[in-house]
Amino acid sequence: MPTYRLSINGEIRSVAVSDPKQPLLYVLRNSLGLTGAKYGCGLGQCGACTVHIGGKAVRSCLVPVSSVGAKRVTTIEGLGTPAAPHPVQAAFIAEQAAQCGYCVNGMVMTSAALLAQKPRATLGECKAALAGNLCRCGTQHRIERAVMRARDAIGKPVEKRAAEDAGSKA
Amino acid sequence: MSAVAKGGGALSRREFLKASGAAAGVMVIGAAISSRALAQQRSGADAALGKTLDANEVDGFFAVHADGSVTLFSGKVDLGTGLRIAIPQMAAEELGIDVARIRIVEGDTGLTPDQGATAGSTGIMRGGVQIRQAAATAREALIGIAAQRLGRPAAELEAVNGEVRPKAGGAGVGFGKLIGDKRFGLKLDAKAPLRDPSGYTVVGKPIQRPDVAAKVTGQHVYMQDFSVPGMLHGRVIRPSSVGAKLVSVDEASIRGIGNARVVRINDFVGVVADDEWDAIRAARALKTTWTKEENLVGDEGVREWMRRGPFEADETLMKRGDARAALAAGKRLKATYYWPVQSHASMGPSCAVADLRDGKAMVWSASQATHRLRGIVARLMQLPTDVVRVVYLDGAGCYGMNGHDDAAADAALLSRATGRPVRVQWMREDEHAWDPKGPPQLLDMEGALTADGRIWAWKTEMFLPRATASLPNVPLLGPAAAGIAQPMGISTGLISQNGNPPYAAQNVEVIVHWLKDAPLRPSNIRAPGKVANCFAVESFTDELAAAAGRDPVEFRLQGLSDARGIEVLKRSVALLGWQPRPSPAANGKGVATGRGMAYMHYKNNETYVAVAMEVEVDRGSGTIRVKRLACAHDCGLVINADAVRAQIEGNLLQTLSRTLHEETKFDRSAVSSRDWSSYPILTFPEVPEMLIDVVDRPKEPPLGAGEAAATPVPAALANAVFDACGVRLRTAPFTRERVKAAMVAMATENKRKA
Repeated sequence: MPTYRLSINGEIRSVAVSDPKQPLLYVLRNSLGLTGAKYGCGLGQCGACTVHIGGKAVRSCLVPVSSVGAKRVTTIEGLGTPAAPHPVQAAFIAEQAAQCGYCVNGMVMTSAALLAQKPRATLGECKAALAGNLCRCGTQHRIERAVMRARDAIGKPVEKRAAEDAGSKA
Repeated sequence: MSAVAKGGGALSRREFLKASGAAAGVMVIGAAISSRALAQQRSGADAALGKTLDANEVDGFFAVHADGSVTLFSGKVDLGTGLRIAIPQMAAEELGIDVARIRIVEGDTGLTPDQGATAGSTGIMRGGVQIRQAAATAREALIGIAAQRLGRPAAELEAVNGEVRPKAGGAGVGFGKLIGDKRFGLKLDAKAPLRDPSGYTVVGKPIQRPDVAAKVTGQHVYMQDFSVPGMLHGRVIRPSSVGAKLVSVDEASIRGIGNARVVRINDFVGVVADDEWDAIRAARALKTTWTKEENLVGDEGVREWMRRGPFEADETLMKRGDARAALAAGKRLKATYYWPVQSHASMGPSCAVADLRDGKAMVWSASQATHRLRGIVARLMQLPTDVVRVVYLDGAGCYGMNGHDDAAADAALLSRATGRPVRVQWMREDEHAWDPKGPPQLLDMEGALTADGRIWAWKTEMFLPRATASLPNVPLLGPAAAGIAQPMGISTGLISQNGNPPYAAQNVEVIVHWLKDAPLRPSNIRAPGKVANCFAVESFTDELAAAAGRDPVEFRLQGLSDARGIEVLKRSVALLGWQPRPSPAANGKGVATGRGMAYMHYKNNETYVAVAMEVEVDRGSGTIRVKRLACAHDCGLVINADAVRAQIEGNLLQTLSRTLHEETKFDRSAVSSRDWSSYPILTFPEVPEMLIDVVDRPKEPPLGAGEAAATPVPAALANAVFDACGVRLRTAPFTRERVKAAMVAMATENKRKA
């Protein structure tokens, strides 16, 4: 079986898979026990499986594990924890921006990538960034409030983090 | 294959056994917890196996532990709705204990009383109220025990902060010392006094839900994330046409895909593999041939089919005065409204894990009705009910019965066939194509006005698929294909309610023609029937108001006598800054702006809600844009102010989605809406500004917030579109094509008149 060395949440993890085309999503969930990213459609239409690859929000259901290479993968578990949440996660908690929460992985990961790139994103930019992320419970309004809250809370430190991200990519 | 623990790392078998005893859905309120800790708490819950499940017993619902903490066993489950905090709030208030000291176990047939399905917006108003009464009974019992212990009259004592203490002050005794780990042995006392709402300290507060922090950090264990040791992954192959028979299976076609193998039981065909991706690949690769069936009416044929029947019965739901005579005598208005077949369209395809070994069945499911599912699994698998246990775990929101129960039956069939625990997760197209659907509705409306512009006569004639009497479940796909006998028929929920106008009218008749069948296998979908009924009733009310040349709000208020209804109606339009005038507005060309509203007294005796909105209609493209969406809502006593708001927001946006976009398309053989591009739902750029006003009535009983606010949305939107451009939309969804077609039809009609 082909084996891949992946950089996941700052650690190098080795995984053996039966099929090089196996999407990263299944590797994360089944081989690495990182079930934060969810299977929603397998078609890149809903965003529930979103992770960061090289700092960009990507649909892990469409990414063959063989294509990941040495690129840095961050999952929602690597973003923050209940005890030490990322500012976006903290804002989602403050706004209680989840009902069933099945889509919320994608909402958090897409928003975190947006704010890392555009620390002063407007509501319109937030809506545009999340346009491909679906929510069935109708939590969109809260999610928008959470992203705006996170933006206001992050302020300068995010720019710092974005700069660090850019530095580590170089 | 090892069990995978959340947060990385495999658990040893010993650790796993310790952790997974049963994995009941346990939550500690007020504490963010890692899933490993969660798993350990689950094993704690299993220690209570063997307890009474009697909903008439205090011990059915509560266990007080030696440390003074409390476990609450709830038959109602949290479907993302906030019951997980709201019900403990009700219990904490009555018991007199910090809500953080209560942990809740939900929907575990081994541990929780059967409180019925979590459906019909009854979680709080029935389930919570029942638990509140158990808590009041328990509190009185604790005071009684303390009275003996302290040698003081019970009347001088109170239960506060987890202890019973003298009202006058002085040392108290903790609940744990009074009864810790012992049974109450008490029936629920319907007369146990409830606390005075004016003194509430927990109920009504917007306490944060305990699961949100875990959900937004990827730590929450969903049904889809759950695994057990030795588990296989299964996928079921559905036929290419509904009702088709399996002709052949080419098992060789999946050779070489891991250890995938085929399970065939009559027309039921599935694959199982150790690895989930192998199971998916095998399901895709497996060559099957099916008979070609053409038994469906097709989405285009539904309306005609609904008028044609076959019918089961006619029923008169309301008769006041003589509507037919009154309508025949005067100038009458007629209109027909249609609501299409819709999918629950859950974000996460349905999933279940089943373990049928040693003559027993253990099933983990996101079913809304684990107790009902237990009986179904027992019957289908020919097992005694007492060896079947179904444990609820959170799935993706379902809003009625989606594929959760089907997935459980699939998993049970595959587990029995393989002798291994099996996890089945449906794929996206399985969920869209095969979840039981919200049924279509057709309503013929007729009305007439008095000379001074009031409602004189009203007739609603509904065409609805009728639920099969006493049907315990929607027939499940897997067992049907496997040839296992189960009660056939259909189930749709209470879909004929609210077909009547909530306004004064001398002559009213509401009748329903019950259809024997439905175009696709139906089930209940959020606010069953009442979304469409309110669409017709409240749109038609606007049509009458326009015919009378009256402002739609004034027209409604003149016929409304219920003070709580009047309150929400006025508040909803106040949020928008409504200026009274008849509809439609005098708008020019291009983009037109309008406002509309609708009102609902849910089930005629529950929550009051009114929705008002402001829209823009682009006459050129037919695009409707909702700019502001306002809602005033009175569900009596509010248990958790923020959770109620979240439910209102969700109802509004989800129903906006259903109204603007959603219709399940199907031809004579199968559903063609199989993904999010062929079944689009609301997206972020379409989300309007929202204005919500919650009326709290602490002295009134708590009513549901999970459905009511959904119902006025389509009519409010149709009325706003009419106000904007004079076009009356009577068929959902309000797609661009439909708006444009209605615009053309109006222009033609105007030309003909001119």
